[in-house]
Amino acid sequence: MKKKEQAVILSQEKIGSDVYSMWLKVTFAKECRPGQFISLYSKDGSRVLPRPISLCEIDREKGTLRLVYRTVGAGTNEFAKLTQGDTIEVMGPLGNGFPLEEAAGRKVFLMGGGIGIPPMLQTAKELQAEKQIIAGYRDELFLTEEMKANGTLYIATEDGSAGTTGNVLDAIRENALEADVIFACGPTPMLRAIKAYAQEKNIPCWISMEEKMACGIGACLACVCQSKEVDDHSHVHNKRICKDGPVFLASEVEL
Amino acid sequence: MNTKVNIAGVELKNPVMTASGTFGSGEEYSEFVDLSKLGAVVTKGVANVPWSGNPTPRIAETYGGMINAIGLQNPGIEVFCKRDIPFLRQHDTRIIVNVCGHAEEEYLAVVERLAEEDIDMMEINISCPNVNANFLAFGQDPKKVEELTAKIKKAAKQPVIMKLTPNVTDITEIAKAAEAGGADAVSLINTLTGMKIDINRRTFAVANKTGGMSGPAVKPVAVRMVYQVAQAIKLPIIGMGGIATWEDAIEFILAGATAVSVGTANFYNPYATVEIAEGIEAYMKKNKVEDLRELIGAVR
Repeated sequence: MKKKEQAVILSQEKIGSDVYSMWLKVTFAKECRPGQFISLYSKDGSRVLPRPISLCEIDREKGTLRLVYRTVGAGTNEFAKLTQGDTIEVMGPLGNGFPLEEAAGRKVFLMGGGIGIPPMLQTAKELQAEKQIIAGYRDELFLTEEMKANGTLYIATEDGSAGTTGNVLDAIRENALEADVIFACGPTPMLRAIKAYAQEKNIPCWISMEEKMACGIGACLACVCQSKEVDDHSHVHNKRICKDGPVFLASEVEL
Repeated sequence: MNTKVNIAGVELKNPVMTASGTFGSGEEYSEFVDLSKLGAVVTKGVANVPWSGNPTPRIAETYGGMINAIGLQNPGIEVFCKRDIPFLRQHDTRIIVNVCGHAEEEYLAVVERLAEEDIDMMEINISCPNVNANFLAFGQDPKKVEELTAKIKKAAKQPVIMKLTPNVTDITEIAKAAEAGGADAVSLINTLTGMKIDINRRTFAVANKTGGMSGPAVKPVAVRMVYQVAQAIKLPIIGMGGIATWEDAIEFILAGATAVSVGTANFYNPYATVEIAEGIEAYMKKNKVEDLRELIGAVR
């Protein structure tokens, strides 16, 4: 059951020049799964649309969620100013999440690019499998210690300052890695390349997509992606990223 | 205390409706609000066949609002009748089906198909700014509005609401044309055509280049137009445009609206519709208003 409520900020930490880590107390943490997201709402009435942010960690016992996000505009900059004890309006859990059962016990790539890396942390924590985490950064690293604790971490940086110079696929090639299943999240060009790689290797690949959202619950039809099959909602070829996704089998969507 | 209002012989338990396109057919929002507490649910526009809509990005935030260019993605009337109408009928609310089309025959196909369906009213979208120029011309040309209204009225078994665009020089001319064509009510305003440019990507923020602007920022324009139309025609008016709180709703009713629709506010407050219905009642109690109808058009 989705809820919209006031969440309390338990901590906020700057972990990169424009990357923040925030722990929130919510009532619905027990229902959250890796790969899902929540919507965050601005207190400023001039900003009416929610900011969808993926779950980085879920502590079901404490009822808390960790978000790791990048400040890209006025909305996320507002969130970054919140400190312990402040509140923020949130809605969640939203979306479907990664299908962990499809990867359990297998050799897996968990691939994240940039601010697509955070959802891979909870995915790695919950997945019982041979986990190879491939994290692609522009330059600055974040979340590397947490990732190392939950799998074998391979790093790629665009500027070559750490790990493989290049992107996540370059890291796979340089380290001669192989997998039976892929879970990935990141910018569209990266997902497109990973989809092509998975097709070539003939392995199942699930990707988490993003798009500008309004309602976050599947009603407004703003955040669609093109699907191979006719969708259940509008009977065209448009799946709703917020509701049918954000995680899709790569072969089912057009990128 | 009476909160009921009547539009073309259809009684609504309260004046709060949903604005077409912001609420689907209610299913997604039924997780948050009891649809039976609403005067009516106005569905997302439905055409004679499925429409895929526009490329993404389809929306962008603007100051105090947003622009959208969804492009009326919808499953077509057959799926809609089998799935959405039975869903809505489980709730004690009125069903208003929003009808869209590219051409007269497409509107008429939907209107005729609805004749045998268990719905309460239909709202004709002659004002979506996001489909194509010829299409919008329907709603911008008084002659065409009158002709189309008359043809739809002839084919329709349920009362007909014509939904008007604000993207005209004088909205009262269009409202008068709808009245002359035999409309049972008018609803206004649809979105205002707008544009946003992304200065980082150096391109349009929505793929359609232009989009319909909505949200709290458009409210004063909408209130003004509701007031003008209320002075110009005798038909009941469904007012909308930036309504986010019960105070906004009362403002529209005082300006001349018999009912109000909540749109963009649903996106940031899924409880908005019911909160507004409750707020209207509280306002009436506090101000000792026995009958909501006393407030309709009370400011002249």
